[in-house]
Amino acid sequence: MSSVGPPSPEGPEIGRARLLPTGLGLRAILREEGARSALIAASSTVLLIGLVLWWVLSSEAWPAVQKQFFSPVHFRAAWPDVLGGFWLDIKMFLVAEVLILVIALLLAMIRSLRGPAFFPLRALVIIFIDLVRGIPIILLILLLGFGIPALQLTGVPNSALFWGVATLVISYSAYTAEVYRAGIESVHESQRMAARSLGLTQFQALRYVLVPQAIRNVVPALLNGFISLQKDVALVFVLGVREGVREAQIYTASTFNYTGYLAATVLFLSVSVPLARFTDWYTERDRRRKQAVGS
Amino acid sequence: MSGSQKTWTKMFALLAALLLVAAACGNSDDTDADAGGESGEGSGAASCAVEDLNLVTGGTLTVATGEPAFPPWVGVGDDNFDVPESKTGYEGSLVYALAADLGFADDDVVWVRTGFDEAIAPGPKNWDFNIQQYSITDVRDEVVDFSDPYYVTTQALVTFPDSEFANASSVGDLKGALLGAQIGTTSLDFIEDVIQPDTEANVYDENVDVEAAMNAGQIDGLVVDLPTAYFIIAVQVEGAIIAGQFDADAADPEQLGMLFAEGNSLVGCVNGALQNLKDNGTLQGLEDTWLTQDGGVPIIGN
Repeated sequence: MSSVGPPSPEGPEIGRARLLPTGLGLRAILREEGARSALIAASSTVLLIGLVLWWVLSSEAWPAVQKQFFSPVHFRAAWPDVLGGFWLDIKMFLVAEVLILVIALLLAMIRSLRGPAFFPLRALVIIFIDLVRGIPIILLILLLGFGIPALQLTGVPNSALFWGVATLVISYSAYTAEVYRAGIESVHESQRMAARSLGLTQFQALRYVLVPQAIRNVVPALLNGFISLQKDVALVFVLGVREGVREAQIYTASTFNYTGYLAATVLFLSVSVPLARFTDWYTERDRRRKQAVGS
Repeated sequence: MSGSQKTWTKMFALLAALLLVAAACGNSDDTDADAGGESGEGSGAASCAVEDLNLVTGGTLTVATGEPAFPPWVGVGDDNFDVPESKTGYEGSLVYALAADLGFADDDVVWVRTGFDEAIAPGPKNWDFNIQQYSITDVRDEVVDFSDPYYVTTQALVTFPDSEFANASSVGDLKGALLGAQIGTTSLDFIEDVIQPDTEANVYDENVDVEAAMNAGQIDGLVVDLPTAYFIIAVQVEGAIIAGQFDADAADPEQLGMLFAEGNSLVGCVNGALQNLKDNGTLQGLEDTWLTQDGGVPIIGN
């Protein structure tokens, strides 16, 4: 190798460029490579999208589809109502998510209790989770949303919105409880035994030792549930609730134009894509932090 | 680090490419006006003999209706629910009368089922026309074709007798009501444009869901066209009454039309047949048989 210049810096990410002479030249080349690959990425993307578009636009039916699905006029006309409905989706999502996180944790903690004395509690939780997870969520919404108010029990609200959100909380709590439980079980058994040997009760061991470690392990899975719930709140429209998707449907039904659905899609994406990016970012950061601790 | 930076660069490149492409095809909006209607509408003078008709299956009149189809429009009678072939109900019997006038035998009428959305989506259709109480409006007419109206109806309020709105005599009495309507009906427009209640109306897919919501006490009342209101109080919601029909002056009366794919030349011939049925009194006869009920319904005025 060359005798002039400092030795190339070591590191896995530049393994390919290690034979190159100077650090400065290396950075320049890396930069150039970055620019070149960006150029290639951009041109192949344009080519691919161009081909797909050419294929779609050359369809004889395209003008009709464009008129019914991608009309700027209808987009503007549908937007205010769809946006108003979407705001209700967001509110339902936030209220439901907070309740789900709390209720699911309680369920998971009950399910993780040891000892024969707690058997009835554990059994009840297992039955609840099995039943709720075994019913399609749309069916659960219809059953609880129309069924319970029809009983006309005193003191029980009959609002469709209330029962729609309540059903989402019930359903998602069952799924989320299992996420928590997986987290609790991923904490090594020695932690529980150590806590118990220090004189902590079962609840205290869960509360102060197991759950804090468990939650950190399952945050990415919980965030994934957020993304899912953020879209599923729309299902309460079957009860007559005027949320975003329903408003889009109303617009479509009265005008026979589907652009309202496009407006709803844009709104849902505007929340779910950032959430998905955040989840990825958080998972990656968490992975790196764990590796740093490990090494 | 450099890996994720590259990913970002690529994503921005992708975004830029998308924007470019979107800009490139963004200015083609006004070229679509003449694309849909190129095949027909000018062909009203063409022959309406069965062999010359524009049909999806030659020699057969393929008619679409709802899934399920409700009385009093289609399938009236205990054994006939959702059976359009029974030739009962206003729309069911009208189709057979039209078919006869066009020269089809009863056996040449074939029924298919579509949901509301399916019927209006662009693309090829597997039916000649669709009949399920579609109201004719100008906006809808831009993407489909309608026949001339075959029925004009008014809106009615269905509620329970012990409701505070059961004795409403004017639209103003309903300001405080939580109302329900079925999606895609002019009933919803009527609520929003004419009644303008303080609380936004709930909107349901099917009138089965409206029934569930009424039984659950989630809505005070339901706005629906008068013939359907009769069916609901007779069959669907036990104990409900028609509190009144709205004064026709309060809104545009709802005109029902058969729905055709945009530019279908068949619409001219069907309109001709419909006109014959109007002229010879058959249409009025069908209306008297299937839709008109005894007993006056109070009027809810402005």
